[in-house]
Amino acid sequence: MDPRMKQLYQELIIDHNKSPRNFREMDDSDYESKGHNPLCGDKLQLYVKIDSENIITDVSFTGDGCAISKASASMMTTAVKGKTIAEARTLFHQFHDMSTGKLDIAEHPHQLGKLAIFAGVRDLPARVKCATLAWHTLDAALKGKEIITTE
Amino acid sequence: MFASEQKVHFDVDRIRKDFPILSRRIGDNPLVYLDNAASSQMPTVVMDAFGEYHRNYHSNVHRGVHTLSQEATDAFEKVRQKVQKFIGAKEEREIIYTSGATDSINLIAQSYGKTFLKEGDEILISNMEHHANIVPWDILSKQLNLNILVIPITDEGELDLNAYKNLLSERTKIVAVNHVSNALGTINPVKEITQLAHEAGAVTVIDGAQSVPHMNVNVSDIDCDFYVFSAHKMLGPTGTGILFGKAEHLEEMPPYRGGGDMILSVSFETGITYNDLPYKFEAGTPGIAQVIMLGKAIEYLDAVGRDNILAYENELLSYATQRVAEIEGLKIIGTASNKASVLSFILEGIHPHDIGTILDFHGVAVRSGHHCAQPVMERFNVPATTRASFAFYNTKSEIDTLINALHEVKEVLG
Ligand SMILES: Cc1ncc(COP(=O)(O)O)c(C=O)c1O
Repeated sequence: MDPRMKQLYQELIIDHNKSPRNFREMDDSDYESKGHNPLCGDKLQLYVKIDSENIITDVSFTGDGCAISKASASMMTTAVKGKTIAEARTLFHQFHDMSTGKLDIAEHPHQLGKLAIFAGVRDLPARVKCATLAWHTLDAALKGKEIITTE
Repeated sequence: MFASEQKVHFDVDRIRKDFPILSRRIGDNPLVYLDNAASSQMPTVVMDAFGEYHRNYHSNVHRGVHTLSQEATDAFEKVRQKVQKFIGAKEEREIIYTSGATDSINLIAQSYGKTFLKEGDEILISNMEHHANIVPWDILSKQLNLNILVIPITDEGELDLNAYKNLLSERTKIVAVNHVSNALGTINPVKEITQLAHEAGAVTVIDGAQSVPHMNVNVSDIDCDFYVFSAHKMLGPTGTGILFGKAEHLEEMPPYRGGGDMILSVSFETGITYNDLPYKFEAGTPGIAQVIMLGKAIEYLDAVGRDNILAYENELLSYATQRVAEIEGLKIIGTASNKASVLSFILEGIHPHDIGTILDFHGVAVRSGHHCAQPVMERFNVPATTRASFAFYNTKSEIDTLINALHEVKEVLG
């Protein structure tokens, strides 16, 4: 089997693809955001609940996409739940830089933890967007939330 | 080059030697190029025409009395006759050089459509069109307040001819359909479609982007009013294509773009006189080398023979169709009885992009996505498909590689 294949489609990714966590609608979310990757038709709906201390108390998603985008969304929800908006944003930037090859996780400290499993996409330009779609959607949601809170 | 006397045995090994790219590797694996419907590969003779033009007679066309310009003009214009014969047009001036199928359709919409259609008129397109044969009509319909009606397709991916007949009326002015669907492979009965359109008083625009590389095409026999295609899907370069239009229409149509070459004279005192056909539609310096390369591609296809190509590709398609049947959960999208060498499919529970990536790890190039035919995806209720499209330089053993790779996809993600 191709080594890139083993790196990209690791057990954990396949597991999150098959049984995505926090894969549900949310009726009482504070913010919703839609992510769309027109190239592959991936669609993602993200729900976020944030308390008065700017902590993400709940986050979930629905939608359809490839294994990479689905697993990435699933793992993102588990990673940011309980984090502050600022912490989630730091993760977004680190994840984004790792996927686009700007952050070499072997060289530089980071807080990505298990999310580092997606590092393989940096060698597959066509798939970077799949891995980052959920994160961009979260970023948009949090920006919307910020606008609401700063008003 | 392939010799046309070899009718009995299709010598694919020999043909493959003409295509240098076919011997490259993707990672550790030989390239298996099955994305021919997007762009075909190029034989050496076609590439060499680019170098030869630039080494020996690069200069502008129709402009100089010097030797280089005459040679360039000569080579450039000779291709027009080749194209005319290649598609069975009656006259050379019915062949217009464009930048591709998309450009050709936009030209028809903005020149013919804008001149001869009026509010309330109807354009019929089919549910299996490429966006290139949808969007130009949508733009036109918004400009003129026209209505676009869509001819439905069956579950097999065939045009619903009865529905088509019912949609035709005295309001129908243009019927625009593809000859072969890039997403489904369906070969449409364009002759019959044209005959019915003519009975209703409409003209036909046939998108031949996917047909011309794979089968003999005769626009006089089809009797269509317009026929368009791109060079890069028929062994030629990108950025170049053809518009065929019946002279009676082209004569009456205003220019699409203004500039040099398309005029006879420009004077601030006496005004502008447009050039004759075909130059009226060819403003500015064209892709001269690219047109000359298109000419070489036609020579190459003619030498192999498109009837041989069709027969061989049919063999590949039926072999591939039969082999994919062994993969559980695989469903072919597009099962028309008359099909070109396109195999579009979905794998239950596995996204086409994952399939595309894993196949690429095996060196297998396929297209995964909506193929610029989103209404087809809507019709079959899928977000995207994986499409393997074959050319005459592909082999059964390459199809075996595809099948093995698909088995691995199932193993990893199934
Ligand atoms: C059926 C069909 N029509 C039109 C086009 C557009 O061709 P081009 O992009 O070369 O203009 C394509 C290319 O994908 C096609 O498959």
